[in-house]
Amino acid sequence: MEQSNMNVNKSARTGINFVMLGLAALGGCVLLGILGAFKYLYPEALPGFEFHQLRPIHVSLAVSWIFLAAIGGIYHYLPNYCGIKLKWPESVDIHFWIFLGTGILILGAYLMGNFGGREYWAYPPSLSIPIFATWIFFGIHILLSMKQEKEPWPVYYWMWMTGIIFFLITFSEAYLYLIPFFNENVIRETTIQWKSYGALVGSWNMLVYGTAMFVMERISGNKKMAHNNEAFLLYILSFVALMVGWSHHIYAVPSATWIRMLGYAVSMAELAILAHIIWEWRKSLTPDQKHTHLISYRFIFASDIWVFLNLILAILMSIPAFNLFSHGTHITVAHAMGTTIGINTMILMGSVFLMVENLCGNRFAGWSRKWAGQGFWVSNVSLVVFLGALMIAGSMEAFIEWEDFYEKTEAVVPFLLAFSVSGIGLLGGLWMVVISALNMLMPVDPQEQTAPANAE
Amino acid sequence: MMTKHQPWRRFLFLALFVSFFFYSASVYTSGTALNTAPPASDAALRGQTLFRENNCWACHQIYGLGGYMGPDLTNVIINPDLGPDYARLFIEEGTDRMPNFELSEAEVDDIIAYLEYAGAAGNYNPKKGEITWYGTVEYER
Repeated sequence: MEQSNMNVNKSARTGINFVMLGLAALGGCVLLGILGAFKYLYPEALPGFEFHQLRPIHVSLAVSWIFLAAIGGIYHYLPNYCGIKLKWPESVDIHFWIFLGTGILILGAYLMGNFGGREYWAYPPSLSIPIFATWIFFGIHILLSMKQEKEPWPVYYWMWMTGIIFFLITFSEAYLYLIPFFNENVIRETTIQWKSYGALVGSWNMLVYGTAMFVMERISGNKKMAHNNEAFLLYILSFVALMVGWSHHIYAVPSATWIRMLGYAVSMAELAILAHIIWEWRKSLTPDQKHTHLISYRFIFASDIWVFLNLILAILMSIPAFNLFSHGTHITVAHAMGTTIGINTMILMGSVFLMVENLCGNRFAGWSRKWAGQGFWVSNVSLVVFLGALMIAGSMEAFIEWEDFYEKTEAVVPFLLAFSVSGIGLLGGLWMVVISALNMLMPVDPQEQTAPANAE
Repeated sequence: MMTKHQPWRRFLFLALFVSFFFYSASVYTSGTALNTAPPASDAALRGQTLFRENNCWACHQIYGLGGYMGPDLTNVIINPDLGPDYARLFIEEGTDRMPNFELSEAEVDDIIAYLEYAGAAGNYNPKKGEITWYGTVEYER
């Protein structure tokens, strides 16, 4: 697809700062992940840093990467590709600086050993207030902006809207433990904590799948794919999965049986539909379309392969008899990493490189293009070994009867070492991609850019 | 406007949205009602807060939920082979994999009270259960 000669509007950089901060968060996330993995294996390493500090930084940076890349995409795509004028474009920078400032405070809290929250939100709960407030404003801003659309909404508008609303709901739900009614009952507290995390993943999946649908529509130029029944079936299934699919987290918690059985009944049809849509989209592309957005295309296609692989594991994990054995083992880590890196990160990288390829045109060449292409292969090949090692370690933990925890931990060390070493490959590959994208996006000047070729 | 063109999609969104709240309300109440365990004592609640403030969740699990650097602690106190003294030793001394958090004796008591309370609510030992033909595991919860 040729770059257009249209003059750029002032919104060409809108959302790019979020994307760049997201890329930096991803770079930090993998680095902290590797440090955490070696700290797990060799606790005496890295004196001054404890595992219980490294892990929440790693997790928070991973969550930040997903949300920042998705938010940046929405801010960027609406005015630049969808013909939607943002209601308050000047508020985007304010949102960015509040997010960055809060992120620095959270990082500082972790480094000082100041916790107080749980899992994804392990920092002191008061630091969630600015995130919550800016998200409400972001939600109102985007909904009012999208409301200007004169045509029927494409499925990605529905997904973005649902993701934004349900982030707020699940984020609030994660803090219900501050209310005695929830906190004074360990079964309720535990169930609702993991309900909120599962639904939170459902809300970011809405944002990420919406982004995937948008990127595929723009590369192919086929507008029907975001309006057809299969796309809306994916939306509905994602919505239902957001509501009840979290229960595979709590099969082991003695809550009511119907909660666990409902989760068992909800299949992984959501992922199967996504895989089918991407597969059909790939078949519909012309060689010219693939070549013009080669890097973006590769990432989206890679996500499809990872969807298939994760689907098998996800279906197994929805079976209680498998889940109860695999829970609390590195199989669960493989599931979390496989979906976060293999599906979410690949889709979001597809979105990042759609921006890079459209904004930079022929400037996206030389070492930057080479690093993006090589980084793609290095990260994906490393990810195969990385997840394979986790699966072997997790299977040993799950299906062998061990004398005690320490015997089990010692037995899986060689596989966790393979996992950590392949993690260095993953780090290298993703850093190549991140540096390439940052190198391209950093100097993007609205005055020098051309508008996206596939803008409306 | 989207509502003019897509009434069934708007209806679907609203139906799912409302369903989410009904379903959540059921989970909050009947789905998680405690039948057997006593309510949390003040010491257990203080212990729960300490567990969060020291991010014990990064390494330990309750009912299989949490980090994996250390063992699951659901039934550590009620287990006759382990028990409160065993837990106290680990918390007060630390190990090569677990730092000594320099907690006071009262704080250690509170954490043990929390673990005792968590363990009293149910069992976490599915490996001792029986796998059914339809894919569930029956064990005493």
